[in-house]
Amino acid sequence: MSDVKLKLKLKIWRQPGSDAVGKLVDYDVEVSPDDSFLEMLDQINESLEKNNQEPIVFESDCREGICGACGLVINGQPHGPVPRITTCQLHMRHFKNGDTIYVEPFRAKAFPVLKDLLVDRTPLDKILQVGGFVSINTGGVPDANEIPIAKDVAAQSFDAAACIGCGACVASCKNASAMLFVSAKVSQYALLPQGQPERQRRVEAMVKAMDEQGFGSCTNTYACEAECPKGISISNIARLNRDFFSAKLKSKNVS
Amino acid sequence: MAKLDSKVPAGNVQDKWTDHKFNMKLVNPANKRKYDVIVIGAGLAGASAAATMGELGYNVKLFTYHDSGRRAHSIAAQGGINAAKNYQNDGDSVYRLFYDTVKGGDFRAREANVHRLAEVSNSIIDQCVAQGVPFARDYGGLLDNRSFGGAQVSRTFYARGQTGQQLLLGAISALNRQIGLGNVKEYTRREMLEVVVVDDHARGVIVRNLVTGEVERHSAHAVVLATGGYSNVFFLSTNAMNCNGTAAWRSHKQGAYMANPCFTQIHPTCLPVHGEGQSKLALMSESLRNDGRIWVSKKKDDKRHANDIPEDERDYYLERKYPSFGNLTPRDIASRSAKEACDSGRGVNGGEAVNLDFKHAIERLGKNVIEERYGNLFEMYETITGKNPYKEPMNIYPAPHYTMGGLWVDYNLMSTIPGLFVLGEANFSDHGANRLGASALMQGLADGYFVIPYTIGNYLADNKDPLMSTDKEEFVQAEKRVTDHVEKLLAIKGTRTVDDFHKKLGRIMWNKVGMARNEKGLKEAISEISQLREEFWKDVNVIGSAGTLNQCLERAGRVADYLELGELMAKDALDRKESCGGHFRTEYQTEDGEAKRNDEEYAYVAAWEFKDTGNWELHKEDLEFENVKLSQRSYK
Repeated sequence: MSDVKLKLKLKIWRQPGSDAVGKLVDYDVEVSPDDSFLEMLDQINESLEKNNQEPIVFESDCREGICGACGLVINGQPHGPVPRITTCQLHMRHFKNGDTIYVEPFRAKAFPVLKDLLVDRTPLDKILQVGGFVSINTGGVPDANEIPIAKDVAAQSFDAAACIGCGACVASCKNASAMLFVSAKVSQYALLPQGQPERQRRVEAMVKAMDEQGFGSCTNTYACEAECPKGISISNIARLNRDFFSAKLKSKNVS
Repeated sequence: MAKLDSKVPAGNVQDKWTDHKFNMKLVNPANKRKYDVIVIGAGLAGASAAATMGELGYNVKLFTYHDSGRRAHSIAAQGGINAAKNYQNDGDSVYRLFYDTVKGGDFRAREANVHRLAEVSNSIIDQCVAQGVPFARDYGGLLDNRSFGGAQVSRTFYARGQTGQQLLLGAISALNRQIGLGNVKEYTRREMLEVVVVDDHARGVIVRNLVTGEVERHSAHAVVLATGGYSNVFFLSTNAMNCNGTAAWRSHKQGAYMANPCFTQIHPTCLPVHGEGQSKLALMSESLRNDGRIWVSKKKDDKRHANDIPEDERDYYLERKYPSFGNLTPRDIASRSAKEACDSGRGVNGGEAVNLDFKHAIERLGKNVIEERYGNLFEMYETITGKNPYKEPMNIYPAPHYTMGGLWVDYNLMSTIPGLFVLGEANFSDHGANRLGASALMQGLADGYFVIPYTIGNYLADNKDPLMSTDKEEFVQAEKRVTDHVEKLLAIKGTRTVDDFHKKLGRIMWNKVGMARNEKGLKEAISEISQLREEFWKDVNVIGSAGTLNQCLERAGRVADYLELGELMAKDALDRKESCGGHFRTEYQTEDGEAKRNDEEYAYVAAWEFKDTGNWELHKEDLEFENVKLSQRSYK
């Protein structure tokens, strides 16, 4: 525990609503290096409320790096300067006394700002709703051990399934592409025997939905992988591409 | 005082659920589309229930306050999910899982519900695997298991340290399929603020659109609450920031009884409070206690660094007090012992933290083995604290984690409002006074996949009235209650922030309704909470307006409810003059400081009926133990 406080200047994006014009607003703050970045915002909000001013709207929930609700662009980087963590896991000890910090929302055409730092990321779920599943009903499934899966295959599938759907990949991409997100879900199932019956249908449907939702295309800049808090690999994108082209060759949906 | 009818079917405990499934009425497949069901919450219980009812053909409307069901706090569960598969050939069975759960709950759960939970546990694992949940596997390709507290068999299935995430994503995938097919309609960023009761039956809800501030009426034939627990009444807990008790509490005020509200679980291995600005407490997996040794200094107010305190000046208090279980005593006992050590001034730096030390394990097994077992947890600890647990002990302290109490439900998971069903952590039924590790995920999915899809049909078959118009007077009145409440909050324009009240309430709850309780403290808590509530309604400052995205208003509504719920928790704790599981009354302990139950007088579920603010009537459901023999738990 440290008693020395950091004095910081924050430039935070404030935008009253979707259609309103936003701007960066300055806030001076003194904060303990033990506090998290979001706890610093909590403290700013507490003092704003005491002064009858509207608190800064931002999203966060679990504050353990797993729900994917938080997501701020800090000094130009989604989830801030420390690799492989979410915004809620960023602590102030990574900043220096006197620093100026820019705080902005995730920006992408598909993620409109709703207020201040809070954006709408539901287009990601729209993609999942067309193919991010195995089409089985509850009950009537085989015993769990009737589907043997090699340990390393299960582990690879898990690595893809570890995506928390925060959208940092989209925010980091100059094209605002959702390829890393979509390819992680496609890969989780493509690697498992359970995912085989719908493998072709799934990848076609999800790629189509991704385009319809207004996400850009992938031009292999690798920015998504660099900023992903869960270390989702771009090899998933390669797998999606392979599956997609193979599906297109066999597809009946000629367009 | 009326006796409550739990509607537990007759017969042997092993046959009850099978017989009941046969005896329940069915809704013909072609008729299911004539019924609308509202589900509130998209965690494990809500998502699995909505998906399964959608598959069956009901029209389901699902509401979540998140932008996506994927964010529900089930996602943060780490350790695993129990099931009686006996894949390890180590003597597990449905009956043993049932027995362990009743005993672990310190004999305050309903036997028939627990047996059903154990029965369906195996189907849950089958279901999740079929969905593509990537559970841990052994080299032969079959599923792997680990052990958890309170059991002598290996029955916990896991997906690294992210089991809750993978199970929730599985349930959400099933839900997404139904949304895509049009069987479930999803309403995101909606918070339920009222249940609509018509002719004593739940017939709809009032929700607030959290983006636009609009208040909406929704009608249905039945309402299913799967809204989680209320640990955030303590302000600091392991729960997510938005977890709250509002949907359950507003239903309670419309007639749903609240059962055993004082049964809360304090988890022993969480990170200690670091300062005033702290917003929540991070949980470190219970598995760390397999190799970590817990200790404090023998001296009071010892300011030395842990590494400078010599071996003979350390008190490994769990090993000393519980030689046979040592550092692996159940959660309630480990938590209380940490509190005792710190209350006596022997915590780290004289404060509220104890050491969890891996030095001996690293010496014995090597750093590599420890890294393999706990690497991600050590990393997480270092991310948060900036300290390296390979080089110095972790500092840990107990924190509120789970609430065993909740809305009272009968065997069909229906509350005392007919047509209002309650699933998962939001109900009270399966964990008694203490929940075992890896059982929360099991219960959420059992209720959602395998219980409610059956029991709701039985209810709907008898309640065939057409869908009600939302113009009906009861809907108008319920909406008015919501808008009045919101306007009242906004009109106060006092001087203190919402969080200021929440923190004060949290402190009262933690100090007087926390790990150790007594008559004096509980009476003080009741009067302090009611006084704080009065101050809140005079002096809180809720910024902004109703017709917009307003997080301050959202928090204010939840804190207003905590200020009532907290009082009931204290009242329930005061009324239960015994110690059991997570409820420890200092007046009722054995000579060596263990919880002392009073089965003669308190083997019942305390179900509270709301009369008016600060005023409840107690109803009792007697618990009968026909299969499990009541005994004193001993971990010496």
